[in-house]
Amino acid sequence: MSHISLPAPDPSVLARRNDIVKQLKKLAPEASMISDQEGRRAFESDALTAYRCLPLAVMLPTTTEEVSKILRFCHDNHVKVVPRGAGTSLCGGALPLEDAVVLCLTRMNQVLSINTADRVARVQAGLTNSGITQAAAAEGFFYAPDPSSQIACTIGGNIATNSGGAHCLKYGVTVNNVLAVRIVMMNGEILDIGGDYLDAPGYDFLALIIGSEGQFGVVTEVTVRLLKAPEGARPMLLGFDSTEQAAACVGGIIAAGIVPVAIEFMDRPAIHVCEHFVAAGYPLDVEALLIVEVEGSEDEIDTLLERIGEIARDYNPVTMHRSQSAEESAKIWKGRKAAFGAIGQLSDYICMDGVIPLSKLPKALDEIGWICRKYRFDVANIFHAGDGNLHPLILYNANDHLQLERVELCGAEILKLCVDLGGCLTGEHGVGIEKRELMQVQFSDADLAQQMRVKQAFDPEWLLNPGKVFPLEGRKVQ
Amino acid sequence: MTGHMRLGFHAPETVEELAHLVGEAMDTRTPLEVMGRGTKRELGRPVRSGAVVSTESLTGVTLYEPTELVLVVKAGTPVGKIEELLAESDQMLPFEPVDLGPVLGYGPGQATVGGMIATNFSGSRRILSGSARDHVLGVTAVNGRGEIIKAGGRVMKNVTGYDLGRALAGSWGTLAIMTEVALKVLPAQSETRTVLCFGLPDATAIEAMSLAHGTPFEVSGTVHIHAELAKRFTDEGISGAGTSVTAIRVENLPASARYRANRLRQMLQAYGPALELETGRSRLFWNEVRTLRMFQKTPLPLWRISTAPSKAPKLVASIARKIEVRPVYDWSGGLIWLETPPLSDAGAVEIRRTLAEFGGHGTLIRADDQARAAIDVFQPLDPPLAALTARVKQAFDPDGILNPGRMYPGI
Repeated sequence: MSHISLPAPDPSVLARRNDIVKQLKKLAPEASMISDQEGRRAFESDALTAYRCLPLAVMLPTTTEEVSKILRFCHDNHVKVVPRGAGTSLCGGALPLEDAVVLCLTRMNQVLSINTADRVARVQAGLTNSGITQAAAAEGFFYAPDPSSQIACTIGGNIATNSGGAHCLKYGVTVNNVLAVRIVMMNGEILDIGGDYLDAPGYDFLALIIGSEGQFGVVTEVTVRLLKAPEGARPMLLGFDSTEQAAACVGGIIAAGIVPVAIEFMDRPAIHVCEHFVAAGYPLDVEALLIVEVEGSEDEIDTLLERIGEIARDYNPVTMHRSQSAEESAKIWKGRKAAFGAIGQLSDYICMDGVIPLSKLPKALDEIGWICRKYRFDVANIFHAGDGNLHPLILYNANDHLQLERVELCGAEILKLCVDLGGCLTGEHGVGIEKRELMQVQFSDADLAQQMRVKQAFDPEWLLNPGKVFPLEGRKVQ
Repeated sequence: MTGHMRLGFHAPETVEELAHLVGEAMDTRTPLEVMGRGTKRELGRPVRSGAVVSTESLTGVTLYEPTELVLVVKAGTPVGKIEELLAESDQMLPFEPVDLGPVLGYGPGQATVGGMIATNFSGSRRILSGSARDHVLGVTAVNGRGEIIKAGGRVMKNVTGYDLGRALAGSWGTLAIMTEVALKVLPAQSETRTVLCFGLPDATAIEAMSLAHGTPFEVSGTVHIHAELAKRFTDEGISGAGTSVTAIRVENLPASARYRANRLRQMLQAYGPALELETGRSRLFWNEVRTLRMFQKTPLPLWRISTAPSKAPKLVASIARKIEVRPVYDWSGGLIWLETPPLSDAGAVEIRRTLAEFGGHGTLIRADDQARAAIDVFQPLDPPLAALTARVKQAFDPDGILNPGRMYPGI
């Protein structure tokens, strides 16, 4: 284990483990409970696999009422709770604690209603992100935020981290697409916030809950906005022999008044790995590649891509290629979406998620390269260029403890760089345990104290997902 | 007790000065009325304050990067000035903020950016682009302890810590006083086209707007206007129609806007012959919707109701059985502007009763002082939500000195 530590477990809770397990079982007989060691092992980690911890027990409820009973019991007995969806968090957001009950929502995965007249869907929080779109697709609608893990990740988990995705440049992130939640507070109280209408009354609790990393309550039901699928969509590839030119081209496209639905950026190492893995048709003789996608009718797509091509010419592209068919478009996206998996086949990696102002992109990539060389790691860059959300993948050997420690220091330095350039630590993955100790780089003590006071308005005892988001020292404020 | 806090009007010129002032108010427990330029002072519950603090002297653009779609601006800057600046780069505030100035007795464009976010009243384009709150990237604010706090940032995506910046949207200055706001902006489209249908009954109009809204044509405005209210528009094609008017807007590059408007007209054939407005007439019309021209002349009570579009016509019909109302449906029916007769409760009892049945929420936008003091201006909250509201208020403003009672009694 490296330098990220977890709060010390409460010995009195550990001592009462058998009794707590027995009572939980009695309390929610319909809910699945996992208390044996083998079963709990499956929940000891999320997608930040370097960290693991066996939880006290795992509960898999099927109704909001069960969630309420479980939380009330844990509240009254001062037992911590770690909410969990599919466990795809890249920042340790669903990492259990030894003295905590994991509340896993994946059995609550029903579509409750699809209302195309009002363009909303109501679903249970354990439904996968792509499950919503599947349910609405027959009527030609879709749910817009599309994190790379969308086949696996749950809408509840998306709410916890305010997930984004490749297409959020146009459609926004989770907070822009959720109209209502049913949330169970730590004391078991059930609240309905928002409705089947836009803009909930009173304080914007949805803005607070979305992105609160499971620390405010457990969301069991969600109402999301549905959008009509576009008539068509097609990408084009723009290759450049420098990252500066590629970055300037992104700015040029936006300045010309075009906001493509996605602008993805890949550097040379990423291009080569993906092309080798998928044969997506990427050019190999370039330093930077942009995948620019636009939507509309066939004519509209042609006009837009023509115009983007004209703009791009000012930035000396080495290659310019418009997708010629649906098959080719699918291949181009397959390469991009397979990127993390492809790199994962070569090596272990950690994926950073810092955001920078677009104008600082060349400088950021330069410095990231320099930082990685200093720590003796290879790095590949694949990211959402339109919104400056970087994803440097730093390649290392997870079995080497010294490398794990070094790679975390390397990542921390990259994130500090993002903040120094006017950006932030995380654009869509969340803080979790991973970036907890870096919060003071971005925020003052007063900023953090204000956030913690809001946390206490929802969960005064700090029982929900503790040990995440804030530096371990200095919690609880007056 | 007011100690040595100077009463009257304060307009600090720096965020530090403002923080000092609030700190002083906290020490002396002096309630502060918080405002920008006061254009929405007649909206909301009247505040009993010891002093007024205004952000009107905190003005100017800190950063504007058109290629990054980012604008950082001091909270006291007038919205009109910001829109002029954005227009120079062919950009815009995507959420098309409703300008309440004219219906509340002020000029257009006078409201401040801080007030625009603190009230979160988004215009017709909200159905496509999202609300004012959706475009908040970050804020700097002074909380009720006199501390300067920052949340969010100036980049497009940010999940670092809780989203306190967005949470200040719609809080009416009761949690913290915003001093600077970072906003996402978008390119303005060069062509605007509006398809008009005439004489549709409310329920049919909602159906037509929902049909248009559910197409892939990125419809950026859907509004249905009561016959009497349609008369108040400048465009004679609308004012002279002598019937209700349903308007559907697309904005895009010229060829796309024309193509899409054409497709919409074909789809809407069943709703009678349609008229199409080109860019100039379209912009005039939508600007009049945005400044609520239809409610400017008569100072009758005015409500803003949010509900599910499909429920809107029945909701209005239910209210209309008891009181005479004139509706404008925006957001395909999801937003209802409702003019009511000058009753002592401005129609509140009937409207709230109906909302309880159908779901949704209503805000009294315009009424005389007597009505505003006597009834709930904002939608009353259920007890559990009211309790959470009080705890969140306490987390920002423990002594309750910022705009006390503006939204709800005791908050």
